[in-house]
This record gives sequence, C-alpha cells and structure tokens, in this order.
Amino acid sequence: MDLRLPSKVLEHILSFVDSNEDRNSVSLVCKSWFETERRTRKRVFVRNCYAVTPEAVARRFPETRSLTLKGKPHFADYNLVPDGWGGYAWPWIEAMAAKCPSLDELRLKRMVVTDECLEKIAASFKDFKVLVLTSCEGFSTDGLAAIAVACSNLRELELRECIVEDLGGDWLSYFPETLTSLVSLDFSCLDSEVKLSDLERLVSRSPNLKSLKLNRAVSLDALGSLLRLAPQLVELGTGSFSDKLDQEAVSKLSQAFSEMKELKSLSGLWDVLPEYIPLLYSVCPGLTSLNLSYATVQMPDLVELLTRCSNLQKLWVMDLIEDKGLEVVASSCKELRELRVFPSGAEGLNDTNVAMTEQGLVSVSEGCPNLESVLYFCVQFTNAAMVTIARNRPNLTCFRLCVMEPFSPDHKTQQPLDEGFKAIVERCKDLQRLSVSGLLTNKAFEYIGTHGKKLRMLSIAFAGDSDLMLHHLLSGCESLNKLEIRDCPFGDTALLENAAKLETMRSLWMSSCCVSFGACKLLSQKMPKLNVEVIDEHPLETRPDSSPVERIYIYRTLAGPRLDMPEFVWTTQKNPEIGVSHLAIK
Amino acid sequence: MTYEKVNELNLKDTELRLGLPGTEQAKEEQEVSCVRSNKRQLQSDNEEESTPPTKTQIVGWPPVRSYRKNNNSVSYVKVSMDGAPYLRKIDLKTYKNYPELLKALENMFKFTIGEYSEREGYKGSGVIPTYEDKDGDWMLVGDVPWDMFSSSCKRLRIMKGSDALALDSAL
Repeated sequence: MDLRLPSKVLEHILSFVDSNEDRNSVSLVCKSWFETERRTRKRVFVRNCYAVTPEAVARRFPETRSLTLKGKPHFADYNLVPDGWGGYAWPWIEAMAAKCPSLDELRLKRMVVTDECLEKIAASFKDFKVLVLTSCEGFSTDGLAAIAVACSNLRELELRECIVEDLGGDWLSYFPETLTSLVSLDFSCLDSEVKLSDLERLVSRSPNLKSLKLNRAVSLDALGSLLRLAPQLVELGTGSFSDKLDQEAVSKLSQAFSEMKELKSLSGLWDVLPEYIPLLYSVCPGLTSLNLSYATVQMPDLVELLTRCSNLQKLWVMDLIEDKGLEVVASSCKELRELRVFPSGAEGLNDTNVAMTEQGLVSVSEGCPNLESVLYFCVQFTNAAMVTIARNRPNLTCFRLCVMEPFSPDHKTQQPLDEGFKAIVERCKDLQRLSVSGLLTNKAFEYIGTHGKKLRMLSIAFAGDSDLMLHHLLSGCESLNKLEIRDCPFGDTALLENAAKLETMRSLWMSSCCVSFGACKLLSQKMPKLNVEVIDEHPLETRPDSSPVERIYIYRTLAGPRLDMPEFVWTTQKNPEIGVSHLAIK
Repeated sequence: MTYEKVNELNLKDTELRLGLPGTEQAKEEQEVSCVRSNKRQLQSDNEEESTPPTKTQIVGWPPVRSYRKNNNSVSYVKVSMDGAPYLRKIDLKTYKNYPELLKALENMFKFTIGEYSEREGYKGSGVIPTYEDKDGDWMLVGDVPWDMFSSSCKRLRIMKGSDALALDSAL
C-alpha cells in the first residue's frame, strides 16, 4: 500500500505555506517533500550572498519568482569596508537568467550592480516586474534606461539610497508609452533633472501608481502638477521644497495636497522653507509614516506639523527636533511605533547648537505605548533614563542608542552606562536588535549575555575592557545572528574559545580590535565551514602571528572560499603559503 | 569549557598565547598599539593619557550612512578676501575641481590668480588662496587632491597685498 501523499496533493497543500521558515522545515521531512517543496518555492531570500552559490540556489528553486539578496556587511554603510571587497550581483543574475526564467522580482541590498547586470535583467526575464535596489552601487542611469525600455510590465522600480553614476535624466524618457503598469517609482537618490513632461505623461498613464518618490531636482512647482495627476498616491517623496512660488501657485499646491485622500507616507522635503510647511497640514492626519530626515525643519515649524499627525506610526527626523519637540511627539503621536533621530551635525559642520539628550527619548517612551523600535543619536544619556525607558516600554524590539562622543559616561553620575543597558535587556524580553554606546565595561556585556536571549543583532563600538566581553556575548546570547564590533580591545581568546558559536550565526565583523593574525589562521583551520576573511590594506605575508589585523569578517557558508576576493582580502585558502599559525601553548 | 567568573590573573594562566614563549611583552605592546589612544582610564576622570580622537576624525563615526551625510550637509564655507569689507559664502559641492573653484572665486572677488605649481604655489599676481582645514591649520589651496580638500575645508581666505608678497618671497 502506497502511503505517500501524491505530489499533486502535497503541492496544493504547500501552496498555502508562505513562510520560508515553514518551508525549510517541510523540506527536511523526506526526499519527496524536499523535491515538491523546492519545485514550488516562489520566493527565495539569501541574506548573505556568499553563504551559498548562485548555481546551487538556481538549481534548487527553478520556479522561483522572487529573489532577495544581501551583499556587503552592515558596517559598509559607514565606510568601514574598503571599495572592491565584493558583493557582486552579476553571478546571481547570470545564474538566475540561465535556470529561473520565471523570475520577476529582484531585491538587492548592499551589492555591486553594474549596467551589464541591468541589461541582462532586461534581456532575460520576459515578465520582469519588480526591481528594488537598496544601498547598491556600480551602475549608471544608462542601466536604468535599459530596464525602462525593455520591461513592459514593470511594476516597481525603487532606488533607495544608491550611489548611481548620473549621466543625465534621459533614462526616464525610455519608459514606453505602452507601459501602464507602474505601481511604485523611487528615484530619490539621483541628482539629475528628469524631463518633467515625460514624468507627467508616465504618471498620467499609470492608474495603479501608489508610490512616487522624486529626486531633489524636481521643483515645487512641478510637484503641483504631478500631484494633480496622481491624487491616489499612498506614498509620496517630494523633491526640493524651496522654490519661490507666487500666491496662486501656492494655493493650487495646497489644493492638490488636500485632494490626496489616500496619502499615508511622506518623505523628501529637501530644503523645505518654513512658509511652505502649512501646505502639508491637510495630509498630516492621514499619515502613518513621516520621514523628515532630509528636511532641515527647525523646532517651531516641526511642532506645528507633528501636532497634526495623530496617526503617525513611523517618524524619522533630525535632532533639530530637540527634546522639546519629542515631548510634542509624545503627546500627539500616540500610535508611534518607530522613532529615528539622526544627527544634523554629522559632518562636523554643525552651525546649529543642537543638544539632543536623554529627555526626549524618555518623553516618547512615556507617551507612546506602541513604541517598539528606536534609533537615537544624542550627545548625552544617563542610566536612570534607560531604566525609565525600559520600565515604560518592555515591548521594545529594537534599541539603537548612539551617544556621539565615544566613551561618554552617564552625564549625571559619571558612571559607565552598564546599568542602563542592563535594564534594557532585562526588561525588554523581545529585544532583537541592540546597538550600544557610551562608556561601558565588561559588566554591560555580562548583562547582555545573561538577559539578551532573543537578541539577533548586536552592534558595539568603543567599549569594554577585555576578552571577557566577547566571551559573555558569544556564550550567552543564544539567538545571536549578527555581531559587529569596532574599536574594542577584544582579542583572540574569546574568539577561539567560542569558535563553534560562529557556525550558528550569519556573520561576525570586527574592525580595529585586537585580533591577531595567528588567531585568524587558527580559526580558519579549526572551522572549515566558515569563511574567515582578513581585510587588511597592508600586506600580510611578512606579518608575525601576533600582529593585529585591521578587520575580520567571518561568516558561515556552504559555498567555500569565494573566488572574487581582491588583494586586500586574505583567507587561508587563498594564501596557503602563509600557512599554519605557530601557537605556543603554555 | 565554561568560564567561571575569572579575574584577569587566571585568564593569563590558561590563555593560548601567540608567538614564541617569552614574548609576553610583545603581546602587551600589541594590545596598546592596536587600541591606540582610544582607551580612557576609568579611575581618572580628569587625566587623559592621550587626546582621544574627536568625532570628526574617526572613520565611520558617528555611524550615519555617508549617503545621508553628503546630502544633508550643504558644504557652505565662508570666504574672506583681504581688503574686502564683508565675507561671502560658497557651496563647495557645486564645484568638481580646483579650476572651477578658482574661476568662481575670481569672478566673485574680481581678481585674477597666478599660475599654480606644486613647488612654488601661486606665482605672479600677488593673490594666494588659502584655507583652514579640519585640524585648524591654514593650507595652500591646491596642494591636496580635490576630494580631500572639499571634505576638509572649513573656510577660505584669499590673501593679497603685503601678506601675499611676504609668502611669495618666502617660497
């Protein structure tokens, strides 16, 4: 009697299984379930592009429609990863083009994407629909033109904070007149001006357009006509908000905004002049997401805006809001879930004397019961404030605190901030992401290791006293997936002691720490399923084992050593002549 | 193997050492050098063993995406010209290289500048463009690559007259 479930039945059942976590479990049941599952998986997520080969993925999931890939480590965002390290999209696009013709969605983050890649996408996937590039680089506006001209059913084209070689605004004009399927367009990171008439025509023939994010070059005047053509927008990123408009133009723009009944998300607002802020009042009550992080809006104007945003769930703002402004947020934005406060003086060219302190965040933690995600840049903090915040908001899932001066103690007691972070990890039992800063001793990390059981991602800079810190984290944080550390006196012992832990994590980054070359070699030998990359701009051949390396990036992989390493990336496999480390065990 | 709460002393007894026996000192030196001057003593609030680097000097700090930095801070710098009654402000980001910048300055202040050479600076016209960098030092415009200049320039000063002549002859 054949007790196996017919594959057609299994296929039908699996069509209801959406989550890849569940599908991963399904695939482990038996061979025939593995086969059926792999043939029916529609969305694939590869969160480290070097953890597996493109060919293996393409072979295993031939019917996949959507691929999401991440390349460079997170600290690449802060210029800690030298150019040329890797993260190339090409091999993936090539492999998918060969084996997965149904692919219609590609989402890439921190990868190097060239014009050839974009041309290949345009040529290979007949029904290509969605291209979302986040923090990518390596392509020009010519590549965009290739996508625009060829993808006749394109739905989403989003360039989020990419570095694009901008050869002009012509690319937009390549969208054919027959393209009417556009749902989302984001070119906010481009510099050049696009032809307004082409943009207007594109918008008017896109009845499904829900999200439009313009670049800075689109004037306020142009915005008016675009809004009149697309009052159905749910997400809007304006261009520059600073032209001098006459009274008639202003009232027409005001009218256009008030027609936008569906608008939920607003961003852009570059150079916004205070006199134009009232133009936004009519959309404020409907907003759930407001990104003012590029808008140099000062306090009094900010208050006027925020008091009207009673449904706001996500707020990104610059520290120009000050503590007082956050008090207003606390009393007006009761639905707030996510708050990010960015430093306005990041380049050291701060003309305004803004001092963001712990007060602002304490107010928000008191006033906003749904607050779960925080990114907060400030100049000072206290343990007492963190204790209060933890007590108010045990529902926090993401807490990223950046006190900007390294080694800053509690500014009232001059003590390390150990006790504050202890309160956070103790109380916030669902905390998944944590970034620490300020003066911290080993104790802080002992607490994190003891209590941070759900912690998946941890970022540390300028902290701690010794190896014990790293040991506490690696041995205590059971769910740890990504750990990134810079400028801490962590060294070899903890790393080697906890080597096995590294196979349970996606990746570990350490830069400007005290990891010796010898330890890297030894770790590499001990753990063949890890890629141990030493990223050091000075040659390693003549280095003694005891010398510290500039950066290490360690990640688990099924793919073995990668073949695209530049000369400043060293691995045991690449340079076997450097050989085994000479350890003296006392 | 579990770590009990060991103090530093026990750790040293059991730790794997790298390097040949008898090179204890080398390791300590290595630790100091790799942490550089970043470490501050907990005990002494007032004493600093060395000046900690300011936040503008540390790479990638504060941890804000450089994309965000570039777009946010408009790099306006003040420009003064010896003898001119008031200062001007220019946005350095609107220029891609030195010739463009110098041309703009020439137009703004109605002067002509001499030819630049690495050895001799600006010769000929008695006008010398200088700038103050992030460290507070006054430098000659043109010596460093453009990108380095535009990210470290805090203000410009166009020297002329007797100051310039003195510099000219010194070079």
